[in-house]
Amino acid sequence: MAHVATAGHAVHDAAHHEEELTFIRKYVFSQDHKVIGIQYLITSLLFLFFGFSLMMLMRWQLAYPGQPIPFIGGLLGEANAPGGIMLPEFYNQLGAMHGTIMVFLGIVPLAVGAFGNYVVPLQIGAPDMAFPKLNMMSYWVYFVGGVTMLASFFLPGGAANSGWTSYAPLSVVATTGQTAWLFAMVFLITSSLLGSVNFIVTMVQLRAKGLTFTRLPFFVWAQLVTAFLLLLAFPPLEAAGVMQLMDRLAGTSFFLPSGLVVAGQALDVSGGGSPILWQHLFWFLAHPEVYVLILPAMGIVGEVIANNTRKPLWGYKSLVYASIFLGFMSFIVWAHHMFLTGMGTVISTFFQTTTMIISIPSVIILTAFFISLWGASIRFNTQMLFALAFLPMFGIGGLTGLPLGLAPTDTHLHDTYYVIGHFHYVVAPGTIFALFAGVYHWYPKVTGRRMSDTLGKVHFWGSLVCMNGIFMPMFIQGLAGVSRRLYDGGQQYAHAQGVLQWNEFMSVAAWSLAVFQLPFMINFFLSIWKGRKVENDNPWEATTLDWATPTPPPHGNFARVPEVYRGPYEYSVPGHPTDFFPQNEPEPAKG
Amino acid sequence: MQIPYTVHPRPDTGLFNAKLGVWLFLASEVMLFGALFSSYVLLREGALTWPHGYEILNIPLATLNTVVLISSSITMVMAWASLKLNDFAKYKRYIGSTVLLGFGFLIIKSFEYGAKFSHGIGPGDSTFLAIYFTLTGLHGLHVIGGMIVNGYLWGPGSKMWQSDPERLTNRIEVAGLYWHFVDLVWIFLFPVLYLL
Repeated sequence: MAHVATAGHAVHDAAHHEEELTFIRKYVFSQDHKVIGIQYLITSLLFLFFGFSLMMLMRWQLAYPGQPIPFIGGLLGEANAPGGIMLPEFYNQLGAMHGTIMVFLGIVPLAVGAFGNYVVPLQIGAPDMAFPKLNMMSYWVYFVGGVTMLASFFLPGGAANSGWTSYAPLSVVATTGQTAWLFAMVFLITSSLLGSVNFIVTMVQLRAKGLTFTRLPFFVWAQLVTAFLLLLAFPPLEAAGVMQLMDRLAGTSFFLPSGLVVAGQALDVSGGGSPILWQHLFWFLAHPEVYVLILPAMGIVGEVIANNTRKPLWGYKSLVYASIFLGFMSFIVWAHHMFLTGMGTVISTFFQTTTMIISIPSVIILTAFFISLWGASIRFNTQMLFALAFLPMFGIGGLTGLPLGLAPTDTHLHDTYYVIGHFHYVVAPGTIFALFAGVYHWYPKVTGRRMSDTLGKVHFWGSLVCMNGIFMPMFIQGLAGVSRRLYDGGQQYAHAQGVLQWNEFMSVAAWSLAVFQLPFMINFFLSIWKGRKVENDNPWEATTLDWATPTPPPHGNFARVPEVYRGPYEYSVPGHPTDFFPQNEPEPAKG
Repeated sequence: MQIPYTVHPRPDTGLFNAKLGVWLFLASEVMLFGALFSSYVLLREGALTWPHGYEILNIPLATLNTVVLISSSITMVMAWASLKLNDFAKYKRYIGSTVLLGFGFLIIKSFEYGAKFSHGIGPGDSTFLAIYFTLTGLHGLHVIGGMIVNGYLWGPGSKMWQSDPERLTNRIEVAGLYWHFVDLVWIFLFPVLYLL
């Protein structure tokens, strides 16, 4: 009885609300998960491009140390770049902010905030997220955090300059920008905390009738594990942030050891703190964070591969169990970032063992994707190209991580460009490629029009070549021993002389990468009006519920509450008239 | 548009949305305070000297505060039970006393803080005091947050009793879970900081 009543209510409510909402309520302070998803998408893409621009400035300094930056050098201000020549302090700010912005303001909000928000409720057949108001709040808290981060550039002494890891004690004695960084991080952490609670409740409570956990699309599983990582790993960084704020503002010494001397002066603090404590708390978040970056990407790749191979994903259950195991393990590998802190060999041995173990589920996931391709007649559209490129790119990123996870080899490679190459292969041509695949894949659902495949392919091939042009030489430089975070790119070191010529090559590749993002931007905006219209609600002939909605989905999503009859990837089912069998299509009557 | 299971539990999970939500939120809170307690252990292990809490802190006041906070947890449960028994007037009394007891806790705490500050003792004086002020300060913020929610449910929020009594009862249950957690944190804080 109660169910019937609420369903009737829902129809009435939807019709009623659609007329009532003002522009502000509909597009700015919206509680619709799809509008919030698009807000996240636009904001995080802008941050992604801004973070990339910071790096393009840094790459000038690395390629041509001490030369004035052409065209825009004069715009950076006398305090940062007198005469257009970048100061070391400014270089440090750019480095710290590049990392922070890319991870916390770019990729995570794009992977979780944008794709998670837009796609998850659709894929589970829900009318919206479980807590729409909380969802709106998550976005705006994220927005405030982002603005705080950007505004910190205008503080005296500029933005935070102690690296995205904010290692103590350097960060504790750094300029005011660090305080702004900490406040902004508290906002960002709060935002993802609220978001993760919302996501888990939505996925557990609002699944459509018949959509059991073993019938969930892999993307939803990936988002579920991600949400748990965000929920449980971020609070320790919040605690650490509070402690660092206390150190900076209330004169405590959580992270300041006794007898610390800064610029020839003994620091007037009580001391007794531990800089290593910061590293533990930071990496307790930041290692699970790596899987927050990669799991949603794997989810997108799974969807795109299943759809474009026209075959079920190979080993669905293995994929799910591997993701869950990955999530668990990610909480006990963090100290492999700290082999050189003198933790002792016993602790190092423990963490290098867990690190080797955690590579197994990643390999399972990647292998399952590769086997899924076997014997398929693949559609090579843009999203599939990006998804296919993800596999070897993430593979390179993963395999180069193994020597870093073993303490003896890490001793040589630690803090070199090899590390930078390793994690950028995971995140840039890995995660970001998967996110691009997601944009091309779901664009027709959001706008009702397709993006151009021709421009998409220019975007893809250009990005693939340039990404490798940037990051492959980093392995060469790193193996030669060139340290990261060097203002002059290693010029003053004898051991770096043999590999310095790569600096210019990498910089040119980075700037070319920016050029190859132009077709994407043109494609993205132009297709809203000029793109080829979709013929029906399911242009890719997909099986999951996100394609069972009207296009674009209205507030409340589904015209009729969907019911699920089968698993997520029933492609090319023998005997079925089409090569896809949607989850919500009832079994035909047996004749 | 209506979100399912905002009031009635979903049959296969046995939970309504907000109840699952608050349990997840509390899990993240465990990680937040867990990180601070772990830091306490690591800092104390690494310290050359570490004072006993009872040498510096005021145990009678803290004991009184423990009693106050546990009483407030009891009144919180009674508030929820009164709604379950359809006794709105009693609910108002109990939820009101919960807010007042929260106030009482903060007043006693401010006496404790004030006594320290007036002797020139602050968080910057030793690592022990640093973690003491950070932990109790963060806990105090949680108390204030809970009082705002409970105050709202006592005042304007209680109007829901006319329109949707079941939903109000759920809200009290969820607010109660949070309030008991805040209480529980104090039960850990008290021995760790004052007695050990």
